[in-house]
This record gives sequence, C-alpha cells and structure tokens, in this order.
Amino acid sequence: MKNTSEHYYVPNQSAWPIVATVALFFVALGAGLLLNSGSPIVLLIGFALLIYIFYGWFSKVVEESEKGLYSRQMDQSFRLGMAWFIFSEVMFFAAFFGALFYVRTLAIPWLNGSGSHAMTHTLLWPEFIAEWPLFHTPAANSSVPSALPDPFHLPLLNTILLVLSSVTLTISHHALKIGNRHKTINWLAITVLLGLAFLVVQGIEYYEAYVHLGLTLQSGIYGSTFFMLTGFHGLHVTLGTILLIVMLARMRKGHFSAEKHFAFEASAWYWHFVDVVWLGLFIFVYVL
Amino acid sequence: MTSISATEHHGPEKGLMRWILTTNHKDIGSMYLIFSLLMFFIGGSMALIIRMELVEPGLQVVQPEFFNQMTTMHGLIMVFGAVMPAFVGLANWMVPMMIGAPDMALPRLNNFSFWILPFAFTMMLSSLFMDGGAPNFGWTFYAPLSTTYAPPSVTFFIFAMHMAGVSSILGAINIIVTVMNMRAPAMTYMKMPLFVWTWLITAFLLIAVMPVLAGTVTMMLTDIHFGTSFFDAGGGGDPVLFQHLFWFFGHPEVYIMILPAFGIISQIVPTFSRKPLFGYPSMVYATSSIALLSFTVWAHHMFTVGLPLVGELFFMYATMLISVPTGVKVFNWVATMFRGSLTFETPMLFAIAFIVLFTIGGFSGLMLAISPADFQYHDTYFVVAHFHYVLVPGAVFSIMAATYYWLPKWTGYMYDEFLGKCHFWCSFIGLNLTFFPMHFVGLAGMPRRIPDYSLQFADFNMISSMGGFLFGFAQILFVIVIVKCVQGGKKAKAVCWEGAKGLEWSVPSPAPYHTFETPPNLPDEKYP
Amino acid sequence: MLAKIVASVFLFVITFLPRLSLADWAVNMTEGVTDVSRSVYSLHMQIFWICVAIAVVVFSVMLWSIIHHRKSAGAKAAQFHENTTIELLWTIIPIFILIAMAVPATATLIDMYDTKESDIDIQVTGYQWKWQYQYLSEDLAFFSNLATPKEQISNLAVKNANYLLEVDEPLVIPIGKKVRFLLTSNDVIHSWWVPAFAVKKDAIPGFINEAWTQVEEVGIYRGQCAELCGKDHGFMPIVVKAVPYEDYLVWVSDKKTIIAEQEAAAARVWTMAELMEQGEKVYQTNCAACHQPNGEGISPAFPALKGSVIATQDQQAHIDIVLNGKAGTAMQAYAAQLNAVDLAAVITYERNAWGNNTGDLIAPQYIQSLLKDK
Ligand code: HEA
Ligand code: HEA
Ligand code: HEC
Ligand code: CUA
Ligand SMILES: [Cu+2]
Repeated sequence: MKNTSEHYYVPNQSAWPIVATVALFFVALGAGLLLNSGSPIVLLIGFALLIYIFYGWFSKVVEESEKGLYSRQMDQSFRLGMAWFIFSEVMFFAAFFGALFYVRTLAIPWLNGSGSHAMTHTLLWPEFIAEWPLFHTPAANSSVPSALPDPFHLPLLNTILLVLSSVTLTISHHALKIGNRHKTINWLAITVLLGLAFLVVQGIEYYEAYVHLGLTLQSGIYGSTFFMLTGFHGLHVTLGTILLIVMLARMRKGHFSAEKHFAFEASAWYWHFVDVVWLGLFIFVYVL
Repeated sequence: MTSISATEHHGPEKGLMRWILTTNHKDIGSMYLIFSLLMFFIGGSMALIIRMELVEPGLQVVQPEFFNQMTTMHGLIMVFGAVMPAFVGLANWMVPMMIGAPDMALPRLNNFSFWILPFAFTMMLSSLFMDGGAPNFGWTFYAPLSTTYAPPSVTFFIFAMHMAGVSSILGAINIIVTVMNMRAPAMTYMKMPLFVWTWLITAFLLIAVMPVLAGTVTMMLTDIHFGTSFFDAGGGGDPVLFQHLFWFFGHPEVYIMILPAFGIISQIVPTFSRKPLFGYPSMVYATSSIALLSFTVWAHHMFTVGLPLVGELFFMYATMLISVPTGVKVFNWVATMFRGSLTFETPMLFAIAFIVLFTIGGFSGLMLAISPADFQYHDTYFVVAHFHYVLVPGAVFSIMAATYYWLPKWTGYMYDEFLGKCHFWCSFIGLNLTFFPMHFVGLAGMPRRIPDYSLQFADFNMISSMGGFLFGFAQILFVIVIVKCVQGGKKAKAVCWEGAKGLEWSVPSPAPYHTFETPPNLPDEKYP
Repeated sequence: MLAKIVASVFLFVITFLPRLSLADWAVNMTEGVTDVSRSVYSLHMQIFWICVAIAVVVFSVMLWSIIHHRKSAGAKAAQFHENTTIELLWTIIPIFILIAMAVPATATLIDMYDTKESDIDIQVTGYQWKWQYQYLSEDLAFFSNLATPKEQISNLAVKNANYLLEVDEPLVIPIGKKVRFLLTSNDVIHSWWVPAFAVKKDAIPGFINEAWTQVEEVGIYRGQCAELCGKDHGFMPIVVKAVPYEDYLVWVSDKKTIIAEQEAAAARVWTMAELMEQGEKVYQTNCAACHQPNGEGISPAFPALKGSVIATQDQQAHIDIVLNGKAGTAMQAYAAQLNAVDLAAVITYERNAWGNNTGDLIAPQYIQSLLKDK
C-alpha cells in the first residue's frame, strides 16, 4: 500500500447525518402509526425528509468530489463500503430465499406426513396434499389462486429486459472508461428505459395476479413468498433505476472522468446485483 | 462545513452542536460509550425488578404480564443497547488509533450510525407506555406469540429493530472499511493488534446476520398486518421457520458480543504480564474459525423443537467443535501469563476474572450442546446461568476492563485505583452470588421466564436476588470512578502502563482530537 | 473503607442466612425414573466431571503464574511467544475429549428418537394455559388446569407443599408400557416437560412432535411448561400419575363413566342457583386467567365481560363466541373443551355476575342441541 493517507479527507462537522436520523425515525414511527391507527401523516413527513436528505447529502458529496477533495484512498473506502453494503443486501434476500427453500423442502412435506411427521398429517391435516405451487393450504385460505403467472410469459420477458439492461450498462461503462461520453450517455439512457420497462411489466403482472388470478399476499405461503421476494426485488429495481437516472443527469452535467467515476460504478454494481437476484427469482420462484 | 483541506486543524467545537454534528471518531466513540452505559443502567434496573419479584415464591411486586415485559426488555436492551454499542464505541475510539489512521473511513456515516440508536431505543422504550404494554414475548420473540398473540406495540418494536439493524450494519461497514483501507503502510494484517482483528471479524458477522434479522422481523410485520403465512402452519408456513431465521442471526450475534471481548483481553493480558501475547497467529485463526463455525450451529437453541435426528446430531457436533478454537484462546492467555511479570491493576483484575468466569460459562455452554442433556437444561435457569456467565463476566467485564485500560488515554488522567479495585471486587462477588446459584435451580428444574416458582427453589433465588442488588449497586462505583477521572486526577503519561505496546500508546494522553494525520511508523520491529 | 464494605456485606449475609433452610437444597439434575432419564443423567455427570478436570488444570496453571510470576515477587518476564508442539497438542487433545463425549450422547439421542412400537398413544395439546390429554385408542379426553388457589399465589394464604405444581386432573399412565406422546398446540408454542422422564418436547401449533417414555416406578411426577407462552406461562404445570396397568384400566373406565354422567346431566332441568354455582367454578378455572376473577379483563389484550355488550345484550353472540371462540385471538373455542352443562353454566354466570344482571338462564339442553348440530 502506498503512503497516501496524508490526503485522506476527514470532513468537518456535518448536519446531514442527524437530519437523516430524524427522517429515518419519522419513517419508522410513521409506518408504525399508519399500521396501528391508520394515519399516514408522520410517514409522509418522513419520506419527504428522506428524499430531502438523500438529495442534500449526496449533492454535498458530489460537490466535494468535484472539488477534487477525494484521494485515491478515499475512493477505495467508498468502493469497499459499497461492496460490503451489497453483501448486506445479499444476506437480506438470503433470508427470504431461505424461507422459500425451507417451506418447500421441509415444512410442506411435513404437513403432508413425510419424515417423522406422519402423525402431523393423520391427526391435524388429513385432507392436506403437498404441492408446489401451493393452491390449497392446510387450513382453508382466504384467497385461492385460480392459476399462476406463466413463467415463460411476462417473467421471461422481464428476465430478458433485465439481462439486456446489464449488458447495455456494461457497454455504457466501457464507453466511459475510454472517455466516450456521448456513447456512455446513450447506452445509460437505454439501460434506464429497460429498467422502467421492467417495472411496468412487473406492475402488469401484479395487477393480473391480484385481479384475475386471485393470487394475493393472503394466498398462503405461496403468495407470501412470491410477493415478498418479487416485491423486495421490485423495490430494489426502483432504487437502482433512480440511481441510474441520477447518474445520467450527472453525466450530462459533465461529471465523471475516465479514471474517476466511483458513483457510476457503484450504481452499476448495484444494478448487476439486482439482476443476479432476479435470475435467482426467475429460477426458484417462477420456473421450478 | 467549509473545510477545504483535510490537514487543517479543527479542534472540537463547543456546546451541544459539537456532539450532534461531530464526525470525529473520538467524539462518536464517547457518545456510544455513554449511551451504552445509560442503557446498561436501564436494562439493569429491569433486571433488578425481575430479581425483586423472584426474591420469594408468590406474586409480590409485579403482575405476570408486566414481568414478561421486563424480561423481554431487559434482554433486548442489554444485548442491543448496552453490549453491542459499547463495543462499537470502543472500536470507534481505538481502531483508528491502533492502526494509525486519521479517523474512521466514513466519518459522516459514523455519526449517522450512532444517532440512529437513541431514536431506536426511545421508540423501543416508549412501548412500555403504550396500550397493552411493551413487547412481552422474550428477547427471542418466537412466533406466533410475537405475531398473532402480540400486543399492538409489536409494530413499533419491529421498526425499532429495523433502525437498530441499520445502525449496526452501517457501523460495521465503517469498521471493516477502516481496517481494510486505513492501516498505516507498514501494518500488514498479521501485525494488527488483536482487538482490531477481532473487530474486523465481528464486523463481518454483523454484516452477514443483521440483514437476516431485518428480513425476519419484516416477515413478522407482514404476518401481522398483511395476512402472509410465513409462521402459520394453516397457510403452509411453520412457526419453527421463525426460530431457524432468528437463530441464524442469533447465534452469530452472541459471538458478536464476545469476539471483541476476546480482542480486549488479548490486549490487556500481555500488557500486565509484560510479555508478548502467546500464539498471535493461532489467536487469529481461532477467532476466524469461531466466526465461521458460528454459522453452522444455530439450531442448538432448538434441540427440543423436534428437528429430524440427523439435524440434531449435526448441530450437536458442530456446536461442540467450537470449544476447540475457544480453548486455544483460553490456553494462549494462560500461556501469556505464564512466566510473565504480573501486576494486578484493575484492568488486569477484570481480565483475569474474565478468563476464569468466561471459561466456566463456556463449559456450561458445552454441556448445553450435548443435545440429549439439553432436553433437561433447555429453557431452565441453567441456560440463564450459562449466558449470564458468558455475557456479564464475559462481555460486560471486558468492556469494563477496556474502560479502565484506556481511560487514562482518553481523559489524560489516571483513574482512582482504589475505587476501581472496590468496584471490581463488589462486582466479582455480586455476580457470582447472582448467577452461580442459577445453575442449581436450573438443574433442579426451574423454568426460565416465570414470575413465580414452586417452593423448592426459594433459597437459591433469594441468594441470587441479594447478589443481583450487590452487583447492580456496585456499578454506581463504576460511574463514580469514570466521572472522577474525567474531572481530573494524577496526570497520565503517554505510555501509562509499563508493559503497554502499540500505536495508541505512541500519542500523548489525552489523545489529541486528531491523531495520525500522517501515517506513523510502527513502534518496533517485533510488532505486535 | 474496604473494611467497612466487607463488614456490611458480611452483615447483609448474616441477616439473610437464617431465612435459608439449609436442608433439602436440590442442586443437581434428577436421575429420574426411566432408562432414558438415567442415561441423560450419567451423560450430564460425565461431561460435568470432564469440564471440572479441564478447569482444574487450566486454573492451576493460571494460579501458579499469579502466585509465582508476580512482579512484586521479583519475577522477570520471559519473552517466548510461541511453541508449535504445545499449540498442536492443545488443539488435538480437546478434539479427542469431545469425541469421547459425543459417542454416548449420540447413542442416547437415537434412543430418545425411537418412538416406534408404542403401547399407548396420548395426544397432548397445549392451550393458553392448560394441557389437554387425548387417549387416542380410548376415546377419552380431558383438560388439566392449575389447581393452586389464587389466594396462595397472591400471598393471602399459606402455600401448599406442591405450590404451582398441582393440577385438577393429572395425566394417568401405566408403568412398564411404552407411552408415546403426540404433542401439538392450539395457539402459541408450549413445551411439555417432565424432568423425571427426561422428556421435553415443544408443542407447536400445526405440527405434531413425538416423544415417548416408559416409566418403571409407581409415583406422581411433576413438571412445567417450558416455553414462554404468554402471561400465565409460569402457571401451567404438568402432573403425571404412573400406576400399575390394572389400575390404569380401572381408571380409564371410571373416567369414562364420569364423563358420560356429566354429559347426561345436560338433559335435566337446571335451576338458576345451580347454574350460577357451577358457572362460577367453571369460570374461575377456565376463564379467569384472561377475563380476571372480577370479570374486568386486562385492557386491551383481554376484554372486560363485566358490563360488556356481548355479555349483557346479544345472547346468541355470547353463546357463539364462547362455543366457537374467535380465530386469530387468544379466545378459544370452548365447545370442544367443556360439556354442555359447564358451557351453559358459565354463560349464565357471565350474564348474571358482577352486576351483569340480565336474569338470563341458558339451559344446558339448548347448548346440548347446539353441540349436536355440529
Ligand atoms: C457471549 C455470548 C455467548 C457465548 C460466547 C456462548 C458460547 C457458547 N454457547 Fe451459548 N448462549 C448465549 C450466549 C453465548 N453463548 C445466550 C445469550 C444463550 C441463550 C439465548 C436464549 O435462549 O435466550 C445461549 C444458549 C446456548 C445454548 C442453547 C441452550 C438452550 O436454550 O437449551 C447452547 C446449546 O448448545 C449454547 C452453547 C454454547 C457453546 C457450546 C458455546 C461455546 O462457544 C463455549 C466454548 C468455550 C469453552 C468450552 C470453554 C473454554 C474451552 C476450553 C478451556 C478448552 C477445553 C474444553 C473442552 C475440550 C471441553 N449456548
Ligand atoms: C449482556 C446482556 C445481559 C446483562 C449484562 C444482564 C445482566 C443481568 N441480568 Fe440478564 N438477561 C439477558 C442479558 C443480560 N443480562 C438476556 C438476553 C436475558 C434473556 C431474556 C429473555 O428471556 O428473553 C436475560 C434474562 C435474565 C433473567 C431471567 C429472566 C426470566 O427468565 O424471567 C434474570 C433473572 O434473574 C436476569 C438477571 C440479570 C441481572 C441481575 C443482571 C445484572 O448484571 C444487572 C446489573 C444491574 C445493574 C447494572 C443496574 C444498576 C442499577 C441501579 C444500581 C439502580 C439505580 C438506578 C438508576 C440510576 C436509574 N437476566
Ligand atoms: C387465553 C385467554 C382467554 C381465555 C382463557 C378466555 N377468553 Fe374469552 N376472550 C379472550 C379474548 C382475547 C377475547 C377478545 C376476542 C376479540 O378480539 O374479540 C375474548 C372475548 C370473549 C367474549 C366476548 C367479549 C366481548 O365483549 O367482546 C366472551 C363472552 C368471552 N370471551 C367469554 C369467555 C369464557 C366464557 C371463557 C371461559 C370458558 C373465556 N372467555 C376464556 C381471551 C380468553
Ligand atoms: Cu405454556 Cu409456557
Ligand atoms: Cu448459540
């Protein structure tokens, strides 16, 4: 390691963190209040604050970066930070995938009497038949799906959209590295459009599921895992798209250089991560 | 916010805003430590309410529903509010100084990580005043008691956990990045002080498991409010799934509370033995093995839930295996003391007590790991005895040892050695009186989390309660020592312990507001 | 100052010591009365002594250093800091010690898991906060509630010897037979534990866990629920009476007769006074835990019945919620738990106690007809 710490930028006092904390607190408190007493006001204030601080805090960082305050070592800190943040996101999804695998390979067969659980079936759920996707839950469920989304219809389309968007993003990134700004911007814009298209298709799919197929959050464990996994993924795509839009705006303002474009790269990592999660979803939630 | 050059000297601002807006690792470290002390007293007061109710058979002080709230809040606050933040505080103070960095890698994020905590715990504690009371389902909040059958405040509990989780993850990212990226050039990984090593591994554990906890409480939230069936067999889910998820987080979590402690002890024992730490590389490997193994043992908390036989055996063997690397650590500490030149200042007293009492707690852990025997121990006071032995004379003692050890470096003054020793001995006697008899009542069959018990457990419970009060009030001494030391006293030298080695001792006491704006050289060749 | 502290600690201990009756201090695990419980006990003792032995070695070395290698005793620090041989040794030896523990543990565990070929199957269902026992081959089922009076719990009366460990209807099993327990729960997770059998298994709603025992000695064995299950987790004991097989058969037929008689009683006409008296009894054992003896409940978890709309006005709704419970709440369906007389009595009681003076009398026959319809 080279002796570069001399230039490590230690920011002075900053008000953004405490505002961010207050925003987070309002979001949490507001969500609690909304769920317990139905009033969304605090939550809305929280979100407004959150958007404000995201904008403000990141603008500040961008400004510092553009002033050239950040050394190579600082850049490395950001990279490591982003990488570990993505690792934490991976673990978040791991919890939901874990739940999915657990119910599919253990809980549902047990309810049907497999392993040492013969009596579970005989005494408690004699009518239950194990199947996946699970249409009929052990206790009669409030919404029985009539059919399931066809994996090779909208989901396949979405898979193509997302994989394609990863490719276009990579092209854009390469263009940035060789300093071709025009090409970077164009391919980035295409990526953003693909991301938006994905969200629209997912919206259509959810609408179909709820309105036509009767597949809802209340449809037993299949509905639970289906919507939680795809839902959290969808949220991440939304966030990723917003990041990319911001990158697009910054590119157009002339930010980033062939050597220094950490924010662009971080957004790209995030986007690829979201893409990989989708592939997992496509295989384990839709196809298998 | 006008600073242009990082080398510009900005001393601490004055007043409240210094603390709210600070990006300085020392300020933030202090805030973490003070917050944790406050939580320790709040959680401790709840423990004292528990002990008050358990002095005698019969209900005298509180009603069962309130008792359950006390048990739950005591566990949650001690774990998430007292022990974890204390270690993060120590990391903030010491890690940059030990590796020769100017500050933490991401200073503003650092401030954010801290300030989330007071808000999260305000929310958690305010549930005590809500209709239906605070969470009452144990710190392990097993579904469906914590979902379908929970009080309304559970929603706020869930969001408080989310916030605490965000704080931990961001804090851990910061520490990892600092250690990986900010070391003085000559400090290779195998030259890092053990406290830094153990924290690096702990941070990895935190980032790996806190998100799983976040996912788990999210599933609870949707089960409660949106009709999902993760933990409901009627919908095809399984209440036991909750336990798998929780303990996948929960077991690494208990090592999160002990690995930094191992690091601290590995700093203190060599200092007061005036002898290098025995087996530095094996300490590193042992810590890493403990961390890796900790992902494979979670279901030892679930031996009685009806796991398949192979599962039961696997988790039993894996759990037992953890004794091996942990043993290596204990043996290394003893070997460090062997043929040293020992003195027994307060930090060393706490460290020695740590080694002895943690080992006892580890042994009871090993007994719990034997699945057939755990059928008799599980959910009794034997378990309570086990984890208090690893947590109180383990985690908490190590935090106190660290405080005494580094207090002169922080404040510039020596603490009152006599009062420190009084604090140690009262704590030592008090905690053994409190927790040792719990082994007996547990083996004799007293279940945990009960507000009232049958007559044969009466005597030991009274002893426990007496000990609990002794231990609790002894902590007031701790506060007195700290306050006195902050106010003044004998000036501390830069190297205030004769045998102390390491970069943190190369700066004056008190450590200047900014240390190592240029990376230092390592003190000597055989470092550490 | 130190002397003062020591003195006060000493005083403190002296004041309390006389209150501790040094006799019968139970300090260890019970050996129990089954093969399994005895092997668990010997496992426990074996590991315990191994741990003690290791502790003695480790702490002796440490104590030696503390005494002989003190700076004040003139010790000069050596500077060694590694020794591959010894480090390998103290990694490998523990592994062998662990294997020595794992072998008997595995054998015992396999034995505990062998629930096949049982002589008697009993389904045990946990409820907040009582146990239901169903003898699967006998068409016999009943509930087992805490029998310790409230006055003793709130220190208004002298406590019995078996304070908190006594129930109204113990589980009865024959000795010398392999009894299989099929454990499940109606609401939250409970755990059925009798130390003397070394049986502890969680009762999980929606799943059945299996455990077994074969008791050798006649006797009364006591245990407790071992999983936090809400407010009265500390008040749901387990009592098992192990009797010779012949006595068991007699008990089964007697028990069936009693239950049949109680059910037949629904056919006759009951007076208000009779129903109120019976109703109060039923209420205190079954309902008071949540709705409180005075009917005031615990807000907001458990609603008050005193003056409540349901208990003073809509009679059908009242009957409906008591018989069928309310899904997703702690309110259970009592149709499956109480007989027609007790149901009628408790509803009548609720409609007339604590100033709920509706004057309504619910006839057991009527409840009987409702139950038959199901
Ligand atoms: C700091 C926290 C901490 C630590 C370090 C540990 C360490 C260990 N714990 Fe503990 N544990 C808890 C905190 C901790 N635990 C908590 C909080 C609970 C309860 C949670 C709840 O339900 O609320 C719990 C519960 C718990 C259980 C579940 C009990 C039950 O509910 O039925 C088990 C079972 O296996 C267990 C095992 C172990 C083991 C094997 C270790 C090992 O790591 C110990 C290893 C150490 C040694 C063995 C001693 C030193 C070694 C030697 C000197 C070497 C030679 C020794 C031999 C070869 C024998 N623990
Ligand atoms: C790090 C964690 C930690 C720590 C430090 C402690 C500390 C203590 N614990 Fe803790 N305990 C847990 C973690 C911890 N505990 C957990 C995880 C559980 C399981 C919870 C569950 O079942 O869900 C538990 C459960 C638990 C129980 C079992 C409850 C039950 O099963 O119902 C008991 C019973 O005695 C107990 C007692 C104590 C005591 C006496 C202390 C003492 O060390 C406390 C010392 C006291 C003080 C430090 C207080 C000082 C206060 C004053 C002197 C008063 C002055 C007041 C003011 C100034 C405001 N604890
Ligand atoms: C384990 C706790 C528990 C026990 C025991 C219990 N109840 Fe309830 N009861 C409840 C709860 C919780 C409700 C509220 C249900 C709801 O959300 O509407 C309730 C509601 C009721 C109501 C309706 C009250 C109203 O105003 O809405 C009646 C009547 C009632 N119970 C009668 C009984 C009777 C009779 C018994 C005993 C045979 C009994 N309960 C035992 C928990 C309990
Ligand atoms: Cu039932 Cu605890
Ligand atoms: Cu564990």
